[in-house]
Amino acid sequence: MDMYDGKKIIPGLLIFLGLVTYPFWHNGVSGKTGYVPKPKLPVDKKECVEPKDYIRVNHKDLLDDWKSSAIRKGRRTYVASNQKRYTMSLTRTCMQCHTDRAEFCDQCHKYAGVENKCWDCHMFPKEIKKE
Amino acid sequence: MELKRRGFLTIAGLTLLGLTAKPGWDIFSKVELPEPSPTPERLAKKKWGMAVDLKKCWSLEKCKDCIDACHRIHNVPDLGTLKEEIKWIWPVPFEKVFPEHELEYSGEDYHQKPVMVFCNQCDDPPCVKYCPTRATWKRKDGIVMMDFHRCIGCRYCMAGCPYGSRSFNWRDPRPFIKKVHLEFPTRTKGVVEKCNFCEERLNRNLLPACVEACKEKALSFGDLKDPGSDVRRALYHRTIYQRLPELGTKPKVYYIL
Repeated sequence: MDMYDGKKIIPGLLIFLGLVTYPFWHNGVSGKTGYVPKPKLPVDKKECVEPKDYIRVNHKDLLDDWKSSAIRKGRRTYVASNQKRYTMSLTRTCMQCHTDRAEFCDQCHKYAGVENKCWDCHMFPKEIKKE
Repeated sequence: MELKRRGFLTIAGLTLLGLTAKPGWDIFSKVELPEPSPTPERLAKKKWGMAVDLKKCWSLEKCKDCIDACHRIHNVPDLGTLKEEIKWIWPVPFEKVFPEHELEYSGEDYHQKPVMVFCNQCDDPPCVKYCPTRATWKRKDGIVMMDFHRCIGCRYCMAGCPYGSRSFNWRDPRPFIKKVHLEFPTRTKGVVEKCNFCEERLNRNLLPACVEACKEKALSFGDLKDPGSDVRRALYHRTIYQRLPELGTKPKVYYIL
């Protein structure tokens, strides 16, 4: 193969590829690729308002529904799939069990890079103790 | 075995006591019931209103229990400046609240006395007409509600309100809240707020915080459609004023002199 300046171009390309893929192999070497977020569940409570798998996927829709139902319609009873009744309130229902944002919400939200504005107004019991 | 009068009474008493055990246990071991979901029709049957008895209010000078109670449970920040002040309930001199009743030679001494003012929860609220996002609206039971989630901070409602009942968060209020009350959210920068007639308490069959806090019982609250309610009884055969009635906003807050 004829190539002008091949001695410079090919090592240059190799260095370039190495730099571009740096995040991938760095994480592979340091073992970060296997990281799984571990939200800390409340110790003394057995069940959430809905099953874990449902909550994991749909908690944002559930909270959005709760918000519009409680605030806009004034309807605050939530009937869960197992017919148990709960008060629709982020602060007075959810946060009674999930008291620490850093150990629960932030675990996945930081991992997935998902930001939201709930916490601008709704405060966690643990947050206040720290202040 | 022959049953004596004493024995019979003992057994009867014990039986009665036994019968109360189950309901008693239920009451004390009760898991908290969820808050109700009233239908729009049921909400529409009520019309919440408030009456402020000024003479009772003035009997305790420099008392601000109602303000403290309200601002504490609603996380109202104390910014320390008049310009950015956030207030849900606050005192204004009588002559400023009722300029039409300030007559020069009436010989009365109350012109400088404080009158507690807050959102009038108008029946025909101008703020609602101005809000471009419907972040504020009138509920079926008459409460002019505020959805902080939806407020974009345009402040049209503040311009529209003839009573100055609305405040704007020019900065993040959290550092200015002495002790956060967890059951109610704080607000963020760029959101308008006002008195909500303790909508979140009414839902749990509690009176508004200011009414509960007033030692002089100067504030009466209740259903204006019910002739037997506290507020209606407080209004009977009394001289009552409303703020700027000529504007046609039909306030649901009455002042009794």
